Amino acid sequence: MELVAQSLGSEGARMIVGLIAVIALVSVNALFLIWMERKVAAHMQLRPGPMEVGPHGAVQTVCDAVKLMGKELITPAEVDKPIYWLAPVVIFLPVLLSFLVIPFSSTWIIKDMNVGIILILAFSTLSVLSILMAGWSSNNKYAVFGAIRSVAQNVAYEIPLLVTVMSIILMVGSFKLSDIVTAQSGVWFVAVQPLAFILYITCATAETNRAPFDIPEAESELVAGFHTEYTGMRFALFFLAEYTNMFIASAVATVLFLGGWHGPFLPGVVWFFIKVYAVIFLLMWFRWTFPRTRFDQLITLSWKILIPLAFVNLLITALVLKLR
Amino acid sequence: MIELLGIEEKTYTLNLGPQHPSTHGVLRVLLEMDGEFITKAEPVIGYGHRGHEHMAENRNYTQFLPNLGRVDYLHALAYNQCYCMAVEKLLELKVPERAEYIRVITCELNRISSHLLWFGAYLMDLGAFTPFLYCFDDRENILDLLDGLTGSRLTYCFFRFGGVPVDIDADFVAGCRAFVSRLRSRWDDYHNLVTKNVIFIHRTRDVGIITRDQCIKYGITGPNLRGSGIPYDIRKSEPYSAYPEFDFEIPIGSTGDIYDRYIVRLAEMEQSLRIIEQACNKLPEGPIMAEKVPKRIKPAVGEVYQAVETARGEFGMYIVSQGDVKPYRIKLRTPSFGNMSIFPEMAQDNLVADLVANLGSLDVVIPEIDR
Repeated sequence: MELVAQSLGSEGARMIVGLIAVIALVSVNALFLIWMERKVAAHMQLRPGPMEVGPHGAVQTVCDAVKLMGKELITPAEVDKPIYWLAPVVIFLPVLLSFLVIPFSSTWIIKDMNVGIILILAFSTLSVLSILMAGWSSNNKYAVFGAIRSVAQNVAYEIPLLVTVMSIILMVGSFKLSDIVTAQSGVWFVAVQPLAFILYITCATAETNRAPFDIPEAESELVAGFHTEYTGMRFALFFLAEYTNMFIASAVATVLFLGGWHGPFLPGVVWFFIKVYAVIFLLMWFRWTFPRTRFDQLITLSWKILIPLAFVNLLITALVLKLR
Repeated sequence: MIELLGIEEKTYTLNLGPQHPSTHGVLRVLLEMDGEFITKAEPVIGYGHRGHEHMAENRNYTQFLPNLGRVDYLHALAYNQCYCMAVEKLLELKVPERAEYIRVITCELNRISSHLLWFGAYLMDLGAFTPFLYCFDDRENILDLLDGLTGSRLTYCFFRFGGVPVDIDADFVAGCRAFVSRLRSRWDDYHNLVTKNVIFIHRTRDVGIITRDQCIKYGITGPNLRGSGIPYDIRKSEPYSAYPEFDFEIPIGSTGDIYDRYIVRLAEMEQSLRIIEQACNKLPEGPIMAEKVPKRIKPAVGEVYQAVETARGEFGMYIVSQGDVKPYRIKLRTPSFGNMSIFPEMAQDNLVADLVANLGSLDVVIPEIDR
């Protein structure tokens, strides 16, 4: 990728090649993550999981994707059509753009912006808009419920997430993701800021609507939440976005806390992926172990515990930096 | 219409079911909601009505036997036992001791399988998927054991008037013992992963409280009643079959919240294990069928009521015989119907999330309510 971009010698070409690479990565990654989730879940549940298609069911998700593409796109009669059609696209685009600034290694960055982390956080917030669009336009009470819950949840968890990230940025003094990684060439920030790491993982789980915070799609209450009325490829886009969001949240955790591409022997990009998938495994582990929290308890947790803790962490960080 | 009339709509109606993932069957609940809070919940029952009571009037005593396994498919053997005991009372038959022991062992195995299913399904209601498969792994052992003995895995029809048709062998007893030790080794896992889980405790503590007065008012029985602290168990209060010969306790709760009901059910499984263990140890030799069971069941004129303790509570049968080969009338008193009746009061002014938690904690079997 790097070579091609250099030979073309222009920023535009680099972006185009990068975007194509990102789309390929997103698709392959989502297929892999869905397979991984099924395997992780299965092994935690005393069963083998998909085994039939390909070695250990590796091709199963590809077949699922093909099946979903072949499905009829049902548009229920009373939906708000333009918004209903737009929602799956709107959820997917910001997810793609977030990849532009993720530093896979010291050279594998499509565009190393000086506001990288802000860009990712801003785009990840956009997903709530499409959830609201999907829920509202579906004309289904369960879907509206899911959408409303999702908005409340995302607003509540955005704040501690941002405050937590701020404490890292204070330490580095830059919004640039590559700078943050370079600053961790010695000690990873997870050792310096363990509380921030825990806060970040908690908030990221809530932000990506993963169990135990998967309230918007709590199937025992809301059937399938905001995407109840979606079928075929539109549903697949929501699904794809969910897993890609998970990847981005884990990638940000890797960059902020786990030293990004740093690591001995192996090339940086390999280390980066190892760390990302380790964090993703952690999120999957949560999902298949914990019951779901109740909605009001979830919001209480954020406003009464996480936000004060995040501020305390930020203050301590600022104080230590000032005294040093 | 509402806009035309100028009325401001403050509440709205949400239709939960009959096809909803957490109503466990075909229950429909009409909810009147104010935001996320429920102002009124009205269960609409009857989607699974099959008319068992009417069927009983149109077939002879033996032909009605398989129906009982379909009333409550999760604890089918207790229902079998209740019917057999009621008819035996009418016929004045004495069931041999070995047959009573076999009935107790299989009934208790079935009770554990029902509670295990509740445990898994209830946690699935709360959003934890994994315990479900662990429970089913344990439950599979019971199903295999009972499959080998009775020939079916869910809707058993095993007991006969006067005893049991098939004797148990050493393999079955060894299987029971193996299962007892296996399930006991699992308690630690279950308690560490579920009972002590903070999220689980927050979801269940002080939620869905049923007071003692409410229990009596609504006729609640079974673990739901015992969770509220009333030690009422038919196996102790009106001992039947071989139960007086075993040493077991009745676990009770204190506050009557979901957590108490959960603890009571887990403790009951342990007590059932104790009963099975004791029954295996002192299994008497002898016949498995009563002598002189008439070929044609035709009880004398009379009425009989027989109650048993099922996994869900008191199941009672009232049989009126007019000396015919068919019963004149059979009334089924199903525990889930009584347990369900408190549900509207529990759901009121609560969140939807708690509605699911409450409904699951009552452990109702919908076809049993509908009969």
